[in-house]
Amino acid sequence: MIGGPQGSGINSVAENFAKACIRGGLHIFANIEYHSNIKGEHSFYRLRVESKAPRSHVDWVDLLVALDRETIFGDMNKPHPTHRGHRHEVSPGGGIIYDRSLNLTPDSFGRDDIKLFPIPYMDLLVEALKEFGKDKELSKYQVMVNTIALGASLGLSDYDFDLATEAIREGFTGRKAALGDLNVSAAKRGYDYAKKSFGEDAFQIKLRKQPLSGKRMMIRGVQAVAIAKLKAGCGFQTYYPITPATDESEYLESHQKDYNMIVVQAEDEISAINMATGAAHAGLRSSTSTSGPGFSLMAEGLGWAGITEAPGPVVVLYQRAGPATGLPTRTEQADLRFALHAAHGEFPRMIIAPGDVVETYYDTFDAFNYAEHYQVPVILLTDKFLASTYQDIPLFNSDNLKVDRGDIVRESDLATSTDYRRYRLTELGISPRAIPGQKGGIFWTTGDEHDEYGHITEASDIRIKMMRKRMRKIELAGQVIPDSKKATLHGPKSAPVTLVGWGSSKGAILDGMEDLKADGIETNFLQVRYVNPFPDNFVQQALSQARRKIAIENNYSAQMAGLIREKTGIAMDNTIVKFDGRPFSQNEIYEGVKDIIKNGIKEVTVSHA
Amino acid sequence: MLELKTYRTQVHNDWCPGCGDFGIVNAIQMTLLEMQLEPHRVAIFSGIGCSGKTPHFVNAYGFHTLHGRVLPIATGARLSNPGLTVVAVGGDGDGLGIGAGHFVNTGRRNLDFTYVLYDNGVYGLTKGQASPTLPKGVKTKSMPAPAIIERVNPIAMAVASGYTFVARSYALDVRHLKQTLRAAIEHRGSAFVDVLQTCPTYNDINTKEWYGGEDLPVKAPRLYKLEGSGYNGVVADPSTDEVNTKKGNALVKSFEWGDKIPIGVFFKMEVPTFEDQLALRMPALKEKPFVEQDIYNRDITPLLDELT
Repeated sequence: MIGGPQGSGINSVAENFAKACIRGGLHIFANIEYHSNIKGEHSFYRLRVESKAPRSHVDWVDLLVALDRETIFGDMNKPHPTHRGHRHEVSPGGGIIYDRSLNLTPDSFGRDDIKLFPIPYMDLLVEALKEFGKDKELSKYQVMVNTIALGASLGLSDYDFDLATEAIREGFTGRKAALGDLNVSAAKRGYDYAKKSFGEDAFQIKLRKQPLSGKRMMIRGVQAVAIAKLKAGCGFQTYYPITPATDESEYLESHQKDYNMIVVQAEDEISAINMATGAAHAGLRSSTSTSGPGFSLMAEGLGWAGITEAPGPVVVLYQRAGPATGLPTRTEQADLRFALHAAHGEFPRMIIAPGDVVETYYDTFDAFNYAEHYQVPVILLTDKFLASTYQDIPLFNSDNLKVDRGDIVRESDLATSTDYRRYRLTELGISPRAIPGQKGGIFWTTGDEHDEYGHITEASDIRIKMMRKRMRKIELAGQVIPDSKKATLHGPKSAPVTLVGWGSSKGAILDGMEDLKADGIETNFLQVRYVNPFPDNFVQQALSQARRKIAIENNYSAQMAGLIREKTGIAMDNTIVKFDGRPFSQNEIYEGVKDIIKNGIKEVTVSHA
Repeated sequence: MLELKTYRTQVHNDWCPGCGDFGIVNAIQMTLLEMQLEPHRVAIFSGIGCSGKTPHFVNAYGFHTLHGRVLPIATGARLSNPGLTVVAVGGDGDGLGIGAGHFVNTGRRNLDFTYVLYDNGVYGLTKGQASPTLPKGVKTKSMPAPAIIERVNPIAMAVASGYTFVARSYALDVRHLKQTLRAAIEHRGSAFVDVLQTCPTYNDINTKEWYGGEDLPVKAPRLYKLEGSGYNGVVADPSTDEVNTKKGNALVKSFEWGDKIPIGVFFKMEVPTFEDQLALRMPALKEKPFVEQDIYNRDITPLLDELT
């Protein structure tokens, strides 16, 4: 773990370390916690490195890299303290790298079971700057103590420095190449100092390269979403700046030149969704991305997209802890019910909740096909945790991805008919759509109830037909889309304990299951991926054989457990919930299940933060 | 052959007899005919209210959207399908009350489209409440008491927001309206037309007779035309200070109200549109709109390699 004030560059250090590990055949899981603040507040990056790919983080730290005092001791001296620092999280035998000039006495750490590694950050940085004749500009380069610390952590774990060199250099190309050399030099000084001053055996955990298992990328959720949008042929993206969704739109905007995608920063999320719906009606695949506060504003527009049977947009909802501004930079899974019911009235919508970065890619791609095929808005329900968490995975295989633009009328067919009806009542509920500009395809569309031409009507018989037509589409989607996409039963078909979850807690649950198994508790895991259309039968079957059913959710009220009960009549026996704005760790899953089984607690709330 | 009936639909029109909306929809149809725009190349967008029904009466692609949201929806459609001539319409409550934020920000973009404001000072469809353009102190028929807040000035707001064509016309002067709409549609950039309009059912103050100046000591129409009055709102060289001068003039002129009310072009300037700016970023847009391009077989390999 590396911690420091916001603006101290912990991201780039952690990501360079992670990259160096991946290049050496190791596997990583890296997630960040930060404040709603530009500069100064405490943030930390957790980097887990394993020989076998980790799918979650843990709540202990083997090596803590502190860029400041607060990372170690917290801010308990402030009038409104927010955290106790990370010294208590260091595992026995673990170590802390910190700035020697803080002059900390060993007993100030309050622990005698950890190793202390004071490093003269500033002295080493000055040496590096001297080498490049920049020592007069120390204040400009002060932030580079993070690179010294990176070097020291690599040195203590005795890792291959060349891999780090490569990772660092990649961040500085073109005119910035000289800065790359400076950073490598700084890192090397930290590396050598740590090795020389503390000795080879000072830190027990060594990182050893292992054979590469094919080409792997280091990717986080927002990138998976963005790349899937490009692959799917999305031509129009709108957004209003909001944490944590904006990174995705910025990624798209930075690649728009090569991929021909219009990206519009709207004046608010009301405009964002409505622009996207306008674009979808006009013939481009479109999408918008936001988090809870923005999605609240989008409710009205979602309803218009629904009743006008717009072929989109795809709305990516990165959940964060609410309500209102809530914990604006923290994660939560509390918008499941909201996504299901946002906007007044009843209309079909699809909601998909991918469980990891790989599922995110394929689900985002599918979302565009569904939007156009069924002419419905599609919500991709993910969260801050998945958005910002890095994993190393093999390159996406897109061989089986096919764009399905749905039933679009051809101008040649329109030429022979003078009676095109945009909302023709069909058996399946889907009406072939025209694209504005097509000759003979003129249609009207309205948020009022309408007839087959799209003109306003208040006739009760047409209302009934149109409601049924629209709602048939979601039933159809439920029948056509295979259960294998909608839900997964991980582990044995039957087990004494069945864990039930959805979305980004998938990784922690899967890793936690291994801990439970090692402890003699056999589990399986029902992951619900499609919220709507809901996999009623699959869930019913999986749960009807289950003995003890435990819902695990990153919210207060176990919303999926409620939905399952509504759809299947099956109630959970227990719940493990977490609503402190932080994601589940591997050990929290283990601890939560143990609490239920060994201590007989019915409803467990976990929090390690 | 295109004729007036080409632009009409058979949809039953339920506006009140004598409604100013008739004049506007007729002028739109006549303008499209005059410009020889084929119906399938035109898209009409509307908000909610009496004016919201406009697209249903015009034979062109029609989008009857949400209250206050007509501009974002029209923007999305226009940007993705720029082959369309886009005309958005809406009431003054729709555009300057609930949709005011969109009104301002759409002006900033200078998208190539036209926005027609049906400006009658009342919320008709909800039975005559005060709308954003009703002057302070005025009480129309169904209001329980006079308005106690100031009105908004649509022309001034449009100029300040960045619309590059700002004009006013009158629903009952179809000839002037047609002429103004044509100039607005032909303008490259965001064109805004404030159409003064009577609501015979709820606005018993700003009536046809009132606009006709029949209540004045010397009976004379309140409306006078800027063209021929010595006023010139057209910016000849947008790279000079002339822009600020002409905007200033337009603002001053826009506050003329009472016995004399100007109609015509308050401000006009040709500068690059939003579409032009996007094409600078994405040269492919110059060839043809993305809606006509194959963007469904993109090669994402370089993006994946970048992450290895």
